[in-house]
Amino acid sequence: MSTLTLDRDVSRRDFLKLTGLAGGGLALAFYIRSGGSASAATASATSGEFAPNAFIRITPEGAVTIVSKQPEMGQGVKTSLPMIIAEQLEVPWKDVTIEQSDFDTPKYGNQSAGGSRSTPNNYDNFHLVGATARTMLVEAAAQTWGVPASECRAENATVRHSSGKSLTYGQLVAKAATLPVPAKEAVKLKDPKDFKLLGQRIAQFDSRKIVTGQPLFGIDIKLPGMLYAVYEKCPAFGGKVVNANIDHIKTLPGVKDAFVLEGSGKVKELVPGVAIVADSTWAAFSARKQLKITWDEGKVANESWDSFVAQAKEKASQPGEKTLRKNGDPDAALAGAAKKVEAEYLYPFISHANLEPQNTTAHWKDGVMEVWSPTQVPSAGAGLITRVLGIPADKIKLHITRAGGGFGRRISADYLIEASAIAQKVNAPVKLTWSREDDLRHDHYRPGGIHFLKGGIDADGKVVAWKNHFFTFGEGGGPGSGGSLSPDEFPSRWIPNYQADQTMFETGWPMGPWRAPGSCVFSWVIHSFIDELAHAAGRDPVAFRLELLGDRDAMPPGGGGGGKKGGGAPYNVARMRNVLKFTAEKAGWGTKKFAKGQGAGVAFHFSHMGYIAQIAEVTVSKEGQLKVDRFVSGCDVGAQIVNLSGAENQVEGSVIDGLGVLMTQELAIDRGRVVQSNFHDYPLIRITDAPAKIETHFLKTDYPTTGLGEPAIPPVAPAICNAIFAATGKRIRQMPLSRTDLRWS
Amino acid sequence: MKYTLNVNGQSRTVDVAPDTPMLWVLRDQLDLVGTKFGCGVGQCGACTIHVNGVPTRSCMTPVSTVGRMKITTIEGLAADAAKLHPIQQAWCDLDVAQCGYCQAGQIMTAAALLRDNPQPSDDDIDGAMAGNLCRCATYMRIRAGIKRAAELTAGGKEATQ
Repeated sequence: MSTLTLDRDVSRRDFLKLTGLAGGGLALAFYIRSGGSASAATASATSGEFAPNAFIRITPEGAVTIVSKQPEMGQGVKTSLPMIIAEQLEVPWKDVTIEQSDFDTPKYGNQSAGGSRSTPNNYDNFHLVGATARTMLVEAAAQTWGVPASECRAENATVRHSSGKSLTYGQLVAKAATLPVPAKEAVKLKDPKDFKLLGQRIAQFDSRKIVTGQPLFGIDIKLPGMLYAVYEKCPAFGGKVVNANIDHIKTLPGVKDAFVLEGSGKVKELVPGVAIVADSTWAAFSARKQLKITWDEGKVANESWDSFVAQAKEKASQPGEKTLRKNGDPDAALAGAAKKVEAEYLYPFISHANLEPQNTTAHWKDGVMEVWSPTQVPSAGAGLITRVLGIPADKIKLHITRAGGGFGRRISADYLIEASAIAQKVNAPVKLTWSREDDLRHDHYRPGGIHFLKGGIDADGKVVAWKNHFFTFGEGGGPGSGGSLSPDEFPSRWIPNYQADQTMFETGWPMGPWRAPGSCVFSWVIHSFIDELAHAAGRDPVAFRLELLGDRDAMPPGGGGGGKKGGGAPYNVARMRNVLKFTAEKAGWGTKKFAKGQGAGVAFHFSHMGYIAQIAEVTVSKEGQLKVDRFVSGCDVGAQIVNLSGAENQVEGSVIDGLGVLMTQELAIDRGRVVQSNFHDYPLIRITDAPAKIETHFLKTDYPTTGLGEPAIPPVAPAICNAIFAATGKRIRQMPLSRTDLRWS
Repeated sequence: MKYTLNVNGQSRTVDVAPDTPMLWVLRDQLDLVGTKFGCGVGQCGACTIHVNGVPTRSCMTPVSTVGRMKITTIEGLAADAAKLHPIQQAWCDLDVAQCGYCQAGQIMTAAALLRDNPQPSDDDIDGAMAGNLCRCATYMRIRAGIKRAAELTAGGKEATQ
């Protein structure tokens, strides 16, 4: 177990307890603050709040505040994770106030929101946090009455004794605040069958603020004396400023300052550019239109998507730069196969396109950098401030604001370091706001990729061979985020003769995690190709997949094969099989007759600890118009859906997001820069293309509860493409769909 | 230039450049930040306000063109501050939002739809809402939310505006 030093605000009456996570490591710091919060440390124990740990405060008036430490970006954790604490604490949800915490690792532990990890990382501990406080309140009542705690129970923010007498939590806080924190073993968690809150549909805590337009987001921050900044970067990634008409810009209306930042030399940190600081956003935007900058674009200006695609096609039949995995003898197996299928799958680079453009407000004052930022990973921003600006961690105050969408984009902190670097040169708080064009042209993109596949089927219709030459894109010597095909990626461990080779194009293009990195594209390639094999074998797509999964219940990581051992996760085959059957049953797979132009398709994927199967039913008109008539998801994310409303919303959003990416999203990168600029040439899906009907089903299992921000997106595109094939006979091998003529007659 | 505007029933005076879009007048000058910046070119609808009751892209509406026309923002949509507009109420009831960034614009567009068409069909809804992007893709709940608001309104609840 790690040790932890008390921070300077903790009084000597306070003490500290550490709990270890299974698997080691520091999970949470529990503070006992008999006098309430640090700022109220002088208050007497009888009048103070009961604050048994960093996450709960109860006042003598009975007001309950639960602190949410994870960044909220629309994934719902600001509501769902406090629900866990409230469930165990036995407080009515309507009486709970939720407060977003600042970034404070010693106090809260890990505060990163990404990888669908917020729920699994905090689930068990938050049960314990709530139950510990409840246990102390019950003990306080028992001591007050001089009865055993076992004769008392808590419900509705009240402790009741078997005799009928009762005390409210508010009445108990003074006493509870004097009690020691019970050991973990002495805390009894509620039986899940007694859950009243978890599994219900609960609206987001911030709903009312959202619908009435109250300030919530990073871009809404306003501080006294605040100035407004824009930052112009080279259109070609990472290009340097040679010269700029700074003196002219400084004369423009409302402009307070303008200057060049040299950058930190890394394309995903502080990128070189010109900052303009003004007295309003519009003054800054207007002055920016007058900027004249000469750039040194560097060698990135020689790199274009079309040229990489052409090179890939030339090299496709050659061996890859490296073999990711090899089982058996794929070439011999292909040569001897009863049927062979060859196909080329291609997907482009895409953007995250959070609707709230990147922004951060920063204030450099008295040697302290105070920052307000819509970030998924506050530690990333704080780390950059230290590394790039040399400001030590204890001189950084970082406030986490609500983020207008995450999708992985705000794991990067490039915009946060830009704002901080600008603020360091300005004697006032300053808000940096990116334009939409900045956002689209300076994203950390989901890498594109090209897969050249060969598959072989034996006379019994079984897959005996699978070969893939995968072309990916690199930055700094390795594939960009989401550009690494795991040696363990399904179906590598299931096929006796399997080979995946990789060739990488090194680029200066910034790449970053995009919602279910890797999985969001590999699932499309893999389940589209499996569908091609099923069709070649003349088999039903669901039956063919069940047979491919086989009878074994678990697949260990790594497995056989002559190549590199896999670093992937164990794959619970039974869970996938069950969720596939479950989904097929919910969708009525195989029971419907479809007219020409209509059809159903299936896909499944395991990622981010979730097992998801999906079935799409589509209509393609003779004119080539796609309509998703019905989309059914079956999801096994473990034993407990925390907030049913939030869970359904995540899955529905994933389905439409996956459909939108498939339909239209594509960036052209030419001479090291993105060609598109705004939503007119980078269209996002609109309500008119949303499915007519989406059905979401959860298959409850005994496995640990896991997250839903990502795992429902990977099978969406292949399920829809396979349905398009069933409807039209057209196989979609290139994203986006707008590249394929879907007309039929 | 000084402009005296009629915003949410109040007279407000601002001193800004004539080409300043209403979006930035609202956000930077009047501290009404519910109206959101998404694209700046009228493509996303996050900045939707009502100008004399008509849903309008505030990012494309220079302050100099507004005169004394009635501006309504998300903050002023509910006639009574204590009571939500039926669209707002439905959005809370059905937990429509994910990140929530686009929802002020969605709600302003939906409120105008419901005023003009109290019982919209799915096609009516899709047609009216097609200009408002939701990156989290809450479109299923936006459809359901508008229908729910139609029920609330028909059920004798406070009508729009």
